[in-house]
Amino acid sequence: MSKRGSDTGMSVGAGPDSGRRAFLGTGVGIAAATGVLAIAPGIGLIEIAQARPAGELASSKVRWGLLIDSRRCKSECQACAKACAKENAVEPGSGRPSQNSQWLRKIDLKDKVTGREVSLPMMCQHCAKPPCVDVCPTGASMQRADGIVLVDRHICIGCRYCIMACPYQARSFVHEPLHAQNPEVPRGQGCVEGCTLCVHRVDKGQQPACVQACQDSGGGAMLFGDLNDPTSDIALRIASVASSQVRADLRLNPAVRYQGI
Amino acid sequence: MIQRLLYCLVLLLAFLAPPAAAEVPKPAVAIANPGQCVAPADVMRRSHMDMLKHQRDRTLRQGERGAKYSLNACIECHASKDSGSVLGGKENFCEGCHSYVAIKLDCFECHQPKAMKTAGARP
Repeated sequence: MSKRGSDTGMSVGAGPDSGRRAFLGTGVGIAAATGVLAIAPGIGLIEIAQARPAGELASSKVRWGLLIDSRRCKSECQACAKACAKENAVEPGSGRPSQNSQWLRKIDLKDKVTGREVSLPMMCQHCAKPPCVDVCPTGASMQRADGIVLVDRHICIGCRYCIMACPYQARSFVHEPLHAQNPEVPRGQGCVEGCTLCVHRVDKGQQPACVQACQDSGGGAMLFGDLNDPTSDIALRIASVASSQVRADLRLNPAVRYQGI
Repeated sequence: MIQRLLYCLVLLLAFLAPPAAAEVPKPAVAIANPGQCVAPADVMRRSHMDMLKHQRDRTLRQGERGAKYSLNACIECHASKDSGSVLGGKENFCEGCHSYVAIKLDCFECHQPKAMKTAGARP
């Protein structure tokens, strides 16, 4: 399966088998860890994230993640991308489309051999070992205790190393002054930015805007939840169905998983 | 010698008695929701930037929400009655004082200077 109109992007150095083995290994690990499935079936089916009480810090007991079912994602549907742009006030700049910020984009994939096509949203994968954090010279690119990868714009110098380091092309640079920000989503010229997993909503106990829009539009292709909680919807689902991480060969352990790719 | 003394005297007088019209008027701000601030005014005047700087790291990096100090909470109370913003002119809270003391205000390069309602915040 390759990205339409671009290269397949296999990693140099890691054999094609190592990612597969790592993935199989992860799968076995998850299956072993969730014997809970049989003990408490159905629990957490209507999982709603709880708002953290005021003053409580993000905890490493939680790891927020997404499961995206590409089989239910339609190529022509842009609900998630539109909701993301609206929620985070990511508007097109003045006349240079290649410089527009892009937090979430829909991409279409085609298997060149079989001709099978799938569509899926691509955004920051909130890696467990994020390369953007590794390369950041100021510490602005950071990972919160609950696994959400963010840019601390207070100390971002706009060097864009993280943009180079990200294998998912998930980060953008803001080239022009902004004026219409969402009060809860500060963003501005001269800084790098990317999907925040709608951290301002998640902290209030809501789902990310893309997930909400996908549900509201009837797509139901996106599932958000706590990967560390074995009784959560998402953990039960990834324990029972085949899902994969994009560029699993890089062993970054993204929190965003895909079904049907 | 006398000429030089006179010259000094004139200079001295010029310094001692500046014309009253040259003074910059103190900022007069009209805010939307006056009430109890998180600290007395003299503390706020001296330390608001420290409060915000410490809180911003706790909020962004550690995920603390609903804390005592918050820039959005400042804006909610201190935004102007007319424009709903803390920027825009001498009568607006942040800009009024910062332009009076000639200190550059960087917060609003990224943060929204308007109160939630005016800025059309999402629920």
